Amino acid sequence: MFSRDRWDEILQALTANKFRTFLTAFGVFWGITILVLLLALTNGLRNGVTADFGNFATNSMFMWTQGTTKAYKGLPKGRRFSFKLDDVETLKREIPELRYVSPRHQLGGFNGANNVIRGTKTGAFSIYGDYPEYIKQQPMDILQGRFISYSDIDSKRKVCVIGQDVVKAMYDKDEDALGTYVKINGVNFLVIGTFKASNSGDQEEDANTIFMPFTTFGQAFNRGDSVGWMAITAKDGTSVTSVKAKILELMRASHKVHPDDERAIGNFDLSEAFGRVNGLFSILGVVGYFVGALVLMSGIIGISNIMLIVVKERTREIGVRRALGASPWTIKSQVLQESLLLTIISGMVGISFAAFVIFILNYILDNSGPVDNFATQV
Amino acid sequence: MIEIKDLHKSYHMGSNSLHVLKGINFNVKEGELVSIMGSSGSGKSTLLNILGMLDEADSGSYTLGNVPIKNLNEKIAANYRNKFLGFIFQSFNLINYKSALDNVALPLYYQGVKRKERADKAMHYLEKVGLAEWSHHLPSELSGGQKQRVAIARALASDPKVLLADEPTGALDTKTSYEVMDLIQGINDEGKTILIVTHEPDIAQMTKRIVNLKDGLIIDDSKVEQIRASAHV
Repeated sequence: MFSRDRWDEILQALTANKFRTFLTAFGVFWGITILVLLLALTNGLRNGVTADFGNFATNSMFMWTQGTTKAYKGLPKGRRFSFKLDDVETLKREIPELRYVSPRHQLGGFNGANNVIRGTKTGAFSIYGDYPEYIKQQPMDILQGRFISYSDIDSKRKVCVIGQDVVKAMYDKDEDALGTYVKINGVNFLVIGTFKASNSGDQEEDANTIFMPFTTFGQAFNRGDSVGWMAITAKDGTSVTSVKAKILELMRASHKVHPDDERAIGNFDLSEAFGRVNGLFSILGVVGYFVGALVLMSGIIGISNIMLIVVKERTREIGVRRALGASPWTIKSQVLQESLLLTIISGMVGISFAAFVIFILNYILDNSGPVDNFATQV
Repeated sequence: MIEIKDLHKSYHMGSNSLHVLKGINFNVKEGELVSIMGSSGSGKSTLLNILGMLDEADSGSYTLGNVPIKNLNEKIAANYRNKFLGFIFQSFNLINYKSALDNVALPLYYQGVKRKERADKAMHYLEKVGLAEWSHHLPSELSGGQKQRVAIARALASDPKVLLADEPTGALDTKTSYEVMDLIQGINDEGKTILIVTHEPDIAQMTKRIVNLKDGLIIDDSKVEQIRASAHV
């Protein structure tokens, strides 16, 4: 089908009218370029926003206690209560769809006072008491040493894993943090690891964080068996939103909270927030495809127009070719192959050009530092 | 070589019907050089279109070299045209973005002749019409007479049984016309059957037989004393 003669015929016909060929090719080129750029922009925006969610397992929710607003079973309203370690067991037992249920304790945090001392240095950091599986909910890169383990939990070791910025603030430049002690709220803890937040939403806060075993935290800071709050991740197949009602119902029941008391247990559904943003971008993606398809369509109309003119203009030539023995199919395939070749080449050029533009944009954006957008607030 | 019996053709335009050919009977033997004359509207172009298989008759029979030409589809017609016929047009109809050589080679391309052989053959026919040195020129770089000679070489390239020439000298001045006619006479001398449609009496006199058409009928069909074009050049 594509012998050298065919190529010669096609190339001769295409080079016969260079300007027309160029215009046709440009129509396709432009259509493809715009389509690719549009899709790249919508995808880029989506990636940028989802990156702000960090790689925290997005199928997660957080839950904390807030005090009852309804009297129930002889208990007054306005009663404070807190989750217990038993609640974690209850949740794991009663709701098999849950993958991780991590009880957490927190100390310090936003605008907190200085709470960490090492020698002459002091600093204010967020202190968390956690279980080992928390690292699977919020992935982080361990730079040195290790994360907390179940043996730390069981023997309530006074150990901690500190963030990169903690190291920067509390240690001299080439000092080794591993094996040293930091004093947190008056209690000494052995540093067993350092970490870097891996691509998370709020990297600055994460790098200013210290993790210690949950049980150690409870004992050292007098929390008994209470739980500050919980981070719950559902298994991959099920959305955490679908089991949220069940979780809350279970918790209300075990803490003698009125079943209709919505405000007693606060929660934040990351999956739902993520889904909402994702939905927005799905719509944006559809719009991108739609507009792109329209642009492409106008390119197609342009091509068909020009091919029509080409055929009209070459009626005489086609007549001559037929008189010389060209069968109708030979002529049709010639015209088709001409347009096909033109479309494929200009399409590929369009894709390459769009890729190049995207590359340049990326380069400029990378050089202008991190981009903060609205989704960070989510 | 060509046998036509009781050929009828009419065109329908809306409710009007135009009876163009009203029963043509006409034979051409091998090696003849025939001119078909007639005023415009006499049906000579229609006759040529039917002879060239570009159009089909309503009734009557047409046999070309013992092959009955009927019930043609486009593919068969293209094949027959390629094998049996060579066309020469008034306006040359060379493909303007192809060199003289490529133009001559085009019918061979449609015959599926190999590249090398095609170029050799095309060159041979270009030499025959005396344009070997112009083989790589585009039609726009050739004079009218040269273009028509390239067109004649192209018509000869597929070695057809019959050459059909539609006013081959219509776009040329007298001197060039005679040169072209000289070439056509030379080709006829070698035994090729040639049909020329013309309305110029002097051109018709250079053929061996004149067929006169009027209102769709042959009113005169006579052999003539051939005048050699070389005598005028």
